[in-house]
Amino acid sequence: MDPLRRSPSPCSSSRPSSPSTPPCEMLGPVGIEAVLDQLKIKAMKMGFEFNIMVVGQSGLGKSTMVNTLFKSKVWKSNPPGLGVPTPQTLQLHSVTHVIEEKGVKLKLTVTDTPGFGDQINNDKCWDPILGYINEQYERYLQEEILITRQRHIPDTRVHCCVYFVPPTGHCLRPLDIEFLQRLCQTVNVVPVIARADSLTMEEREAFRRRIQQNLRTHCIDIYPQKCFDEDINDKILNSKLRDRIPFAVVGADREHLVDGRCVLGRKTKWGIIEVENMAHCEFPLLRDLLIRSHLQDLKDITHNVHYENYRVIRLNESHLLPRGPGWVNLAPASPGQLTSPRPFKVCRGAHDDSEDEF
Amino acid sequence: MSKQQPAQFINPETPGYVGFANLPNQVHRKSVKKGFEFTLMVVGESGLGKSTLINSLFLTDLYPETVIPGAAEKIERTVQIEASTVEIEERGVKLRLTVVDTPGYGDAINCRDCFKTIISYIDEQFERYLHDESGLNRRHIVDNRVHCCFYFISPFGHGLKPLDVAFMKAIHNKVNIVPVIAKADTLTLKERERLKKRILDEIEEHNIKIYHLPDAESDEDEDFKEQTRLLKASIPFSVVGSNQLIEAKGKKVRGRLYPWGVVEVENPEHNDFLKLRTMLITHMQDLQEVTQDLHYENFHSERLKRGGRKVEIEDMNKDQILLEKEAELRRMQEMIARMQVQMQLQMQGGDGDGGALGHHV
Repeated sequence: MDPLRRSPSPCSSSRPSSPSTPPCEMLGPVGIEAVLDQLKIKAMKMGFEFNIMVVGQSGLGKSTMVNTLFKSKVWKSNPPGLGVPTPQTLQLHSVTHVIEEKGVKLKLTVTDTPGFGDQINNDKCWDPILGYINEQYERYLQEEILITRQRHIPDTRVHCCVYFVPPTGHCLRPLDIEFLQRLCQTVNVVPVIARADSLTMEEREAFRRRIQQNLRTHCIDIYPQKCFDEDINDKILNSKLRDRIPFAVVGADREHLVDGRCVLGRKTKWGIIEVENMAHCEFPLLRDLLIRSHLQDLKDITHNVHYENYRVIRLNESHLLPRGPGWVNLAPASPGQLTSPRPFKVCRGAHDDSEDEF
Repeated sequence: MSKQQPAQFINPETPGYVGFANLPNQVHRKSVKKGFEFTLMVVGESGLGKSTLINSLFLTDLYPETVIPGAAEKIERTVQIEASTVEIEERGVKLRLTVVDTPGYGDAINCRDCFKTIISYIDEQFERYLHDESGLNRRHIVDNRVHCCFYFISPFGHGLKPLDVAFMKAIHNKVNIVPVIAKADTLTLKERERLKKRILDEIEEHNIKIYHLPDAESDEDEDFKEQTRLLKASIPFSVVGSNQLIEAKGKKVRGRLYPWGVVEVENPEHNDFLKLRTMLITHMQDLQEVTQDLHYENFHSERLKRGGRKVEIEDMNKDQILLEKEAELRRMQEMIARMQVQMQLQMQGGDGDGGALGHHV
């Protein structure tokens, strides 16, 4: 962990210093900074979990993108684009891998949604997806309210949902808007412009501006959400990102030789599109956002905001507030209740208070 | 039209020469004077480059003000039909081209009804032609029937979508369908071949009747035969449209400029635009003929089968009315006869009474 780069700490349950405690003068080095190393060692031992969901119409390169992001064949089954018949209904398909890099283990779960938006009548095609996301929250909740809890609750909650917008060049379609409106209240959504190699640079910019305008008009709050910027550094960094979202991405899992280097790209008769070249597409930005800079932040927001919202609604519904240590009786959720949770933005700090009551 | 022989006016004094070899020239002159009419319909989801392709094909700007509707408007919109006509002239040959656009197709979340508008438009044109043809003045029938439909298939899918299949099955008996893979510059060569094969397989699987180019006749020259063979092998055409001039390799070409290279619209190695254009121009006449001989005749017979019964009903009504009137007359006549008999009896019964009574009736 680079101490110079400001990154949120891995244990999100640590209490930040409240504004009323004044910092105290230190007379000499004590060795507090060694706690960072201890955290690092613990984290490496435990490993990290990351759950990502990719949503979009078939053929937009979702599977290829996931393979490119994690530089591995996450999808071992059919190669993308070949003879996969469109499923009649939306299905959810999860695959889990453990990836290791320099001693850091990442348990990655990718959920694909084949059949989304492919039918003639796509009404309510987002219901299975919302149901799945809420189901993961429910699973975590059930584990959390047990009297004897596991030391480390397995986290299957979806941390990030990447939504693939087809590169029409015009604006968001009604289906996109309906879906984004509903999902932004439940999970972190990062929209991307898929297959961006069909748009020239000017078309890309115009499309991006129009999408941003559409998102503003329909009050769709995508990740990184403005209200969760903690300080000025966050604001600056995230504003830069927000200006570029949705990223125009191209995915490729084949390597080609360009100027003596081996690069991931797509080879066409008129040139080679390099996936990791910022002049060609914005894939590096997406990768940095998802993995290099905001992975922990995505998990934090999922845990502190989206999961808390879900939990509050569930507890209110069962009309049982926690009364004392170890006493909670929560009926399992019925599937019909929770497809569209009411937006109830809980600030990050509130999580600590409810932990005390428990 | 590409196989015209130059006009040869052989000396009429040549023995054995009658002169009807000159007929094609006469037809040619007449048709040039009359001009050609062609109606092309373009159907496809928004954002597939339909307008750009049409502008590129005919080197015009049929859509000068591209007003892209905002997302909010798109939600409420239903499919509309927009027909724009343009007269193009090239070397004295006039073409009156009508392009029928279908904005709103495939945009809604529920697309079940999106092709009803289109089908009723096609039927309406057939109906109008039928009406004109059955009318008294048949001199100047305007042919607005849809001769060809370019159906744009998205290059991003793995083949045909359910909507594509449903739509094509609904109109394959009414209009010539030419499937076109749009925005082909997003596909590598291998992906293109795979997609084409997959689309052809699916078309066969669902028994969709697309327009088939007629085979070249055996007396055509080899070049033409080869060209036809190439065209047939490339269906569905994968095209890229553009009207922007880009500088590439020292000359200005129509194309799209990307950071990684330039896609040339008229380069056969890059896409099938030239093939599509050739097909359209060479077979414009054939498209019109098939529309007339096959689709219109289908419509004609269907319509008359339905419409014929309607006419009979009217006649039957008239006959019925006549019969009824006759029956009524007979009844009245019978009544009169009975009354006459009664009168007679009464008269015979009472001699002196109104003999004149009997004659009142």
